[in-house]
Amino acid sequence: MTLLPAATALAVWLARSRRQTYFIATGGALATLILSIVVFALYDRAAGGVQLIDYLAVDVGALISPSYFVGVDGLSAPLVLLTGILSAAAIAASYRIAHRQKEYFMWLLILETAVMGVFVSLDLLQFFIFFEFEILPMYMLISIWGSGQKRYSAMKFALFTLGGGAFMLAAILLLFFSNGVNTLAMVSVPEMGIVGIPAVLPLAELAAPAALIFSFFLVAFAVKLPVWPVHTWLPNAHTDAPTAASIMLAGVLLKMGGYGVYRICLGFFNSSAGGFSAHDAAQILAWFAAFSTIYGAVLTLRQTDLKRMVAFSSVSHMGFVLLGAAAISAGAATASSAGLNGGALQMFTHGAITGLLFLCVGMIYDRLHTRYIPHMGALIFKLPKAAILFMFAGLASLGLPLLAGFSAEILVFLGAFAVWPWQTAIAAFSVVLAAGYILITVGKVFLGQRPRYGVLSSKVYDDLRDIRWFELAPGILLLIPIIAIGLWPSLLTDVFEVGINAILGS
Amino acid sequence: MINAIEILAYLAIALPAAGFVVNGLVLRWLTPARLGGGSDSRWASYVGVATIGAAFVLSLITLFHIVQNGAVESSVFNWIALPGLELRFGLILDPLTGLMLTLVSGISLLVQLYAIYYMREQGADQPNKNYARFFAFMALFTASMLGLVSARNLVQVFIFWELVGLCSYFLIVFWANRPSAVAAARKAFLMTRLGDFGFLLAMMYIAFNNPAWLEIPELYGAIHAGLISAAVASWIVIGLLAAVVGKSAQLPLHAWLADAMEGPTPVSALLHSATMVTAGVFLVARVFPLFELSNLQPLVAIIGIATALIAATMGMASNDIKRVLAFSTISQIGYMVFALGIGAYGAAIFHLFVHAFFKAGLFMVAGRVGHITHSFDMRVMGGVRKSQPFLYGVAVICGLSLAALFPLSGFWSKDEIVVAGFENGWAIGSVLLLAVSVITAFYTFRMIYLTFHGESRGADAAHSHRSEAETQAATNGGAARGRLTGFLRGEPLLSLAPLALLAGGAIVLGYLINPVGVSLGPIAKHSFSSFITHNPAVFPTPEAVIAAGGEPHFSWIVAFLSIGSALFGLLAATLIYGRGRVRFGLMQTAPFKHASKLFTRQYYFNELYETWIADRLFLKSLAKLVERFEIYIVDEFGDRLAAATQIVGAAVRRVQAGSVQLYASVMFLGAAAAFVIYLAILMFG
Repeated sequence: MTLLPAATALAVWLARSRRQTYFIATGGALATLILSIVVFALYDRAAGGVQLIDYLAVDVGALISPSYFVGVDGLSAPLVLLTGILSAAAIAASYRIAHRQKEYFMWLLILETAVMGVFVSLDLLQFFIFFEFEILPMYMLISIWGSGQKRYSAMKFALFTLGGGAFMLAAILLLFFSNGVNTLAMVSVPEMGIVGIPAVLPLAELAAPAALIFSFFLVAFAVKLPVWPVHTWLPNAHTDAPTAASIMLAGVLLKMGGYGVYRICLGFFNSSAGGFSAHDAAQILAWFAAFSTIYGAVLTLRQTDLKRMVAFSSVSHMGFVLLGAAAISAGAATASSAGLNGGALQMFTHGAITGLLFLCVGMIYDRLHTRYIPHMGALIFKLPKAAILFMFAGLASLGLPLLAGFSAEILVFLGAFAVWPWQTAIAAFSVVLAAGYILITVGKVFLGQRPRYGVLSSKVYDDLRDIRWFELAPGILLLIPIIAIGLWPSLLTDVFEVGINAILGS
Repeated sequence: MINAIEILAYLAIALPAAGFVVNGLVLRWLTPARLGGGSDSRWASYVGVATIGAAFVLSLITLFHIVQNGAVESSVFNWIALPGLELRFGLILDPLTGLMLTLVSGISLLVQLYAIYYMREQGADQPNKNYARFFAFMALFTASMLGLVSARNLVQVFIFWELVGLCSYFLIVFWANRPSAVAAARKAFLMTRLGDFGFLLAMMYIAFNNPAWLEIPELYGAIHAGLISAAVASWIVIGLLAAVVGKSAQLPLHAWLADAMEGPTPVSALLHSATMVTAGVFLVARVFPLFELSNLQPLVAIIGIATALIAATMGMASNDIKRVLAFSTISQIGYMVFALGIGAYGAAIFHLFVHAFFKAGLFMVAGRVGHITHSFDMRVMGGVRKSQPFLYGVAVICGLSLAALFPLSGFWSKDEIVVAGFENGWAIGSVLLLAVSVITAFYTFRMIYLTFHGESRGADAAHSHRSEAETQAATNGGAARGRLTGFLRGEPLLSLAPLALLAGGAIVLGYLINPVGVSLGPIAKHSFSSFITHNPAVFPTPEAVIAAGGEPHFSWIVAFLSIGSALFGLLAATLIYGRGRVRFGLMQTAPFKHASKLFTRQYYFNELYETWIADRLFLKSLAKLVERFEIYIVDEFGDRLAAATQIVGAAVRRVQAGSVQLYASVMFLGAAAAFVIYLAILMFG
C-alpha cells in the first residue's frame, strides 16, 4: 500500500497523453484508497496491538540495527485511511493542471508514499527517513506549481521542516547512544519478540537528560503540527501551494506532527525515563496549545485572502490536537483517555474538513483567479454546489454538532478540562471566534450582493459556471467522513482508543 | 428494552429530519424538474406538512401516554464510550418533554400550513422562491427542537441546541442577497454562540466533577442525594445561564432577536417567538433542581425582570410591526425567566405554553398585513381593519391575550407569575411586572391602532427601507385581495385555519391552569400545573411540588391589579393612537423625548456591541495588534533567522564546498535553538 502510489508514479511517467496521465494517477490513488480502507477494516480492534506487521531485521553488524518494520495500530490505522481519502481527493481534483503535468502527478504520488510511510513505519530510523523525504515532493509542488511568492514559501517550508528534522535526528542519535536502548522499534510486539523503545526507555541509562531528548522530538513535531511560534511557515506554504498540495499539506502532512507527538513524545515518555516523563511537560504543552488556538483564531479573523484564512484556521484547530495530547495526566489514565482520543480524532476530522475547505477554495480560485475576499460576493447564486460544499466544511470547522469537528472538540474539551481546566477553557473560546471567521467569510464570499469593484463586477460573474460532477466527486468523498464521524464518532474513537490505550499502558 | 412510546418519540424526531433530507437533497438536487423537483418544487411543502403533521400526531400520543401514566422509563445507547467518559444518549419522556413535543410540533404544523400560501406570494424579487430550501430548514428546525426537548444527556441537548441555532441562521438569511439579512443572521448566530461558550464550559465543569452527571436523570439523582454542593451548582449555572440568556434573547445578549426579523415571517412566528427562543427557558426548566440548588436564582430573576421591562420599553418605540412583536417576545420571555428565578416552575412553563399561541398568531397576522400593505412599517399602514376584518379579529384576540386581559389565556398565565412573585418574597418584582403589563398593553394596542385603524397612510405606495423587496413582491399578491368578499376577504383558507386555531388557543387555553380551586367542567383543578410538576425525578417530595407551583393560587387583588394595569395601558394607547389622537403635554417635554430616543435606539446596545466591542475594540484594535505581532515579530524573527543561516551557510561554503551546507547550517541552527529550549525547560519544567 505504501509503495503503490510510488509505483503509480512510475506508470504516470510512462503515460502518453494528458488524459492518460490524469486517469492513471487517479486510478492509482483510488486503488490506494481502497487498500487503505481494507487496512482500516482489517484492523481487528478487539485484538488490539500492532497488526498487519511486516518485519525484516537488517543486521549491519554495527551498533545500529535498522530494520524494515511496518504495521498499523489503533493510532495509525485511521490516519492511513485519512491519507488514502485525501490523496485520492487531491489527485482527482487536479484535472486542471496543464504545466508539466506528468511531473506534477508524480510528485503528488511520491508525496503520498512518503506520508503513508510515516504512518506505517514502526522503525524509528525508517520513520525519520520518510518524515524527511516528504519535504522534497512538497518543495517541488510549491515552488513549481505554486502561486505568489512560491519560491520563498517553498524554501520557508523546507527550512522549517528541515530544522525540525535536525532536532529529531539529534534526538534519535541521543537515544541511540544511550546504554540500554539497543532497539529502534517504536513499539513492542511481544508475539514476535520485538522490544520497542517505550519498553526499554525507563530502564535505560540515557546519554542526555530525558527532558532534552523529549524536547528535541517535540520541536520537530511542533514545527510540523504547527504550534505557535513555529507556525509561520504554514500560512505561506498553504497559500502559495497549488490546491492539491494545500489539501495534502493541511490534510495529512500536519498530522505527521500530531502523530509524532502521540507516538513518540507521549509513547516513549509516558513512563518516567531518567526522572522525566511526558506528564512533566504536559502543562507547558497545554499552555502552548491554548495560546496557539486563540492566536490562530484571532489572526484568521483578520485575513482577507481566502486561502490564508483557511491556513490560519488550521493553526487554531491543530492547537486542539496538542491540547488533547497534553491531557495525559499523571494521576488517572482514565481521565486523560477522552482528551487523548479527542486530539487524535481531531487529527482525522481536521484533515477531512480542511481538505474540503481547500478544495472549495481551489474551485473558486479556478473561476475567479483571485482569492481576495472583498472582491467576492453572492457566489451562491452562481456556484450553489461549491457554496454548499464550502458551507458544510465551514460549519464542520466551527464545530457544528453532527459534523465531524464537533465530535473531536467535545472530546478534547470534556477530557482536557479535567486535567488542565484553565487552558481548556481558554482554548474553547476559539469556537466562538471560529463561528466569527467562518460566518463572516461565508457571508462575504457566498451571500449578499456582488461587489461593485474587482473581478466579479465584470462579465466574469455572469459567466460563472457551477462545478461539474467530476469536481463534485472529490468533495463528496471528503464530505462522507465528515458527516459519518459527526453522526457516529465511535467509528473512529473505538479504533483510536486501542492505540491510545497501548500508549498509556506501556 | 426500548418501548413503544419511545419508538414513537424517536419517530417524531426522525420524520421531520427525513423531511429535511428529502426536501434539501432529494427534491432539490436529485429530482429532475419535469418530475416536480428543483428549488421551487411544490412537493417540498407537502413533504414538510406531512412529516411534521406525523410528528405532531406521534407527539400527541406520547403526551397522552405521559398524562395517563407519568414519565416513561427510556433506554440509552452509547454515542461515545471511552474509559472515563461515556456519552450515553437517550430520551427523557417526562411531562415537560411531552408538553414541549406537542407544542413544538403543533405550532410548527400550523406555521407550515400558513407558509404554503405565504411563501408562494413572497419573494418575487428572487431568482427563485427556494421553496425546497425553506421547507427543508423548517423541517430540520422542527426535528432539532423535538430532539432538544427530549434529550437525555446535556451533550445531546447541546447538539440539538446548536442545530436549532444553525436553522435559525439559515432561515434568517433566507433571502441571501439582502446584506441586512446576512448581517442579521450572522449577528444572531454569533451572539447565541457567545452564550453557548458558557454551555460548553458548564458541560466541561460537570464532566470534571463526574462525567455521569452529564446525563440529566443522573444529575437529578445526584442533586437529590446531596452530592452536589451549592458552589458547584452555581458554577455550572453560570455557564448554562449564559447560554440561556443568548438563546432566549435576555439581557445582555438580547440584541440579535429584533434583527432576526429579516427572515420570512413564518420563521419569525415559529422560531423567533413561539419555540426556538423559548429553548433557554426550557433548559432552565430541564435542570431546574440545579438552579434551585445554586445561589444564582436571584440573578436569574433579576435578569428576567430587567429584560421584561427594558424590552417592553423598546417595543413602545419601534415602528416596525415585526420588531414590536420581537421586543414583545423578549419581554414575555423575561416573564418566564423571572418566574423560574423565583421558583415558580409551573407558572413559567404555562406562560411559555400559552405565549406560543398568541404570539405565533400575532406574527402570522403581521405577515399577512405585510403582504397586503407591502410594508412592515406601521407609520405607513392604517385602515387594514376595513379590508381585513378577520385579521383584525385575530389580532385583537391575540393582542388582548398578550395584554393579559381577563378572560383570555395571557391573563391566567401572567397572573400566576405575579401571584407567585408576591408569595415567594419578590413583591418588588411583581410590582415591576405590573408596570410592564401597562407597557405591554400600550405597545400592543399602539400596534393594533396604527395597523388596523384610521385610514391608510399610503402603505401601498410607500417604499420604506425594508419593504422594497416586498413591494415588488406583492404586485401579484394584490390580485388576491379582491378574490373574496365579506368577513374573510382576501384570506386564503390555508392561512385562515392556522390563525383561527391560534386565536382559539389564545382564548381558551388559559383555563387549563385553573387556579380557582374547583373543577371547571372537564378541567380538574390545577390540571396543568399538577401535570407538569408531577415529575418525581425533578420534584421528589410533595413539598417540592407545591413549591414549584403545583397548586397555584388565585388572588382577587392581584387579578384586579393586573387587569387594571392592562386597561390603563390600553386606555393610554387608545387616547394617543385611537381616533382622538390626544397629545398630552407630557409628551412634549424634554425628558420624555430623551427617553423616547433611548427606547428607539434600543438603549444603544447595538452601537456598544457592534461598533465599539466587536469592531473597534476587537477587530480593529486587539486582532490588529496580534496581526502586527505576527507579521513584525514572530514571522520576522523566522526570516531573520533564515538570513542568519544563509550567512553561516556562506561561511561554511568557503571552508567546504559542496551541497551539504544547507543541512549543516540548519543543524547548527537547530542545535542552537535546542540549547535555548533546553534551558527554558530546565527553568519552567
